[in-house]
Amino acid sequence: MNQEKNQAILQAAAEAVAAPQIASRSPWADARRRFLRNKAAVVSLVLLSLIALACIFGPMFLPHQFDTTDWDAMGLAPTLHNMHLFGTDEMGRDLLVRTLIGGRISLFVGLMATLASVTLGILWGATAGFLGGRVDSIMMRIVDMMYAVPYLLIAILMVTLLGREFYLVVLTITVFSWMDMARVVRGQTLSLKSKEFIEAARCIGVPVHKQILRHIVPNLLGIVVIYTTITVPGVILTESVLSFLGLGVQEPMTSWGVLIHDGAAVMENTPWMLLFPGVMLSLTLYCANYIGDGMRDALDPKDR
Amino acid sequence: MSVETATVAERQPILSVRDLKVHFKVKHDKGWLPSTRTLKAVDGISFDLYAGETLGIVGESGCGKSTLSRGILNLIPATGGEIVWLGRELHKAGAKEWQAVRREVQMIFQDPLASLDPRMTVAQIIAEPLHTHYPELGKDEVMRRVRVMMQRVGLTEQQINRYPHEFSGGQCQRIGIARALILQPKLIICDEPVSALDVSIQAQIINLLKELQQEMGLALIFIAHDLAVVKHISDRILVMYLGREMELAEKHALYDQPKHPYTKALLSAIPIPDPELERKKTIQILQGDLPSPIDPPSGCVFRTRCPQAQPLCAEQQPQLRVVNARTQVSCLLATSEQVA
Repeated sequence: MNQEKNQAILQAAAEAVAAPQIASRSPWADARRRFLRNKAAVVSLVLLSLIALACIFGPMFLPHQFDTTDWDAMGLAPTLHNMHLFGTDEMGRDLLVRTLIGGRISLFVGLMATLASVTLGILWGATAGFLGGRVDSIMMRIVDMMYAVPYLLIAILMVTLLGREFYLVVLTITVFSWMDMARVVRGQTLSLKSKEFIEAARCIGVPVHKQILRHIVPNLLGIVVIYTTITVPGVILTESVLSFLGLGVQEPMTSWGVLIHDGAAVMENTPWMLLFPGVMLSLTLYCANYIGDGMRDALDPKDR
Repeated sequence: MSVETATVAERQPILSVRDLKVHFKVKHDKGWLPSTRTLKAVDGISFDLYAGETLGIVGESGCGKSTLSRGILNLIPATGGEIVWLGRELHKAGAKEWQAVRREVQMIFQDPLASLDPRMTVAQIIAEPLHTHYPELGKDEVMRRVRVMMQRVGLTEQQINRYPHEFSGGQCQRIGIARALILQPKLIICDEPVSALDVSIQAQIINLLKELQQEMGLALIFIAHDLAVVKHISDRILVMYLGREMELAEKHALYDQPKHPYTKALLSAIPIPDPELERKKTIQILQGDLPSPIDPPSGCVFRTRCPQAQPLCAEQQPQLRVVNARTQVSCLLATSEQVA
């Protein structure tokens, strides 16, 4: 009996010793754990995912097209009649479908322009900060010059010269929204550059481009993720502004900005045309901000 | 390990540093026009290093110890002087030649945690030199070498996928040592490798370095401000003050018969682990502060704080000269001893 017990203990000990490489808790796993503890951020993430899913798949399950007129229902308030849950506009187009389709455009522009501007901003800022000296001065003066350019003027010029193309919207927004990221990343790179692990990499003989990509960029990710979530709302708003001014997507295609623009014109008679796209946009922006907040806390290494 | 005097003269040095200077331009905003002034962090250091030997470098904070080590490794560009490594003139070397030298000369850093990339695992950190210099090695071979090296420095295999923040300071320094050793270098420059560690861990790391040195025939340049640590590990010791060398001597010669007044003052500050003796001994406290390396004193840089300073010291700059077979000193007042 006693011997059996000893045997069992011995076996357990042996197993514990022989346990293979313990799966490690990476800094990312730590961050995920902390993020999941932040309720506002998690709720926002779920909500934003739902909005995105609804925009992508919703129109497939609804009985209406975004560009067809329901002759029985023109300028109708939200109703169960013909399933016009968000009502219709004055041309009898279903507002729910139009909001979701518009959301596709807004979210897509938001995602693409953010991705492009973040990538450009990281590479620009990290290169300037890491190389330093004259290269840094020249690169950052270019950033300053970009700030001074009035983007609406350029946007109007580009649209006038090249026509109303969807990619132009993304391009315009990208060209005028990467500078903040470049500045933030440059500052962070300057402080990272003097860390001993960069010196160690130089000492080993790691080439400069690999030092930037392997050591600087991964260590910037914390601040980049946070800044990205701040950029997304900005970009969506810029798209709305461009569409609002008539420089964005063309009828009958729509976006949240266009819908809000149209809705604002008729808000005394048909307020739902402003209300629903407006609520969707606000919700998205709130969610992005809360997620950004949660990520900032989660990725702060001091908060262990 | 200790090097016989006679053989030192006969052997070829693996590293020769001659009159190495590292100066920085400092912006000076006072006055009407912005001007730049020169900060002489390292100003004319010369020494030889022989295979398998340990050279200790001591001096107070800000005397240029770390800058010297970075100047040798070209992490900070040297302003002047010559560095010869195994017959190659590094001060003239291009990027390609340096890349070859980096296989042979490695460095260990002061802050063990800060010298490891926080987003990389231990395996990635230790393998990085291999990936950089031997990209043709297969994944399995790299991992095999990493495991062997981890075991050698006293880390267990289970820790291979962990991140630096999960380790203690001593373990982090072991990772740093493993990274430095994996290319099997001939020289490791240790920049205060133990000053951030607890005393008990210091001993472990120092003894590990000594063992590895014997095993692999490494030469070490060991920078520290702790004289007891330096005494334990070094064969010869270089004493620096304000970017210049004061005394270069064999360990026992330096500790038993210091020639330079600065060395004497430093040694008198070492606590003796016997309260009786400790109370009786006279600590020679240096007056004043370290002068600014932007505007160093004329002549001998130490004269402003030297208890034996003479008018002559302000006029002439002393050079390192041989006073006996085991000691070189740069002091105008030091008398040469007859070498039989």
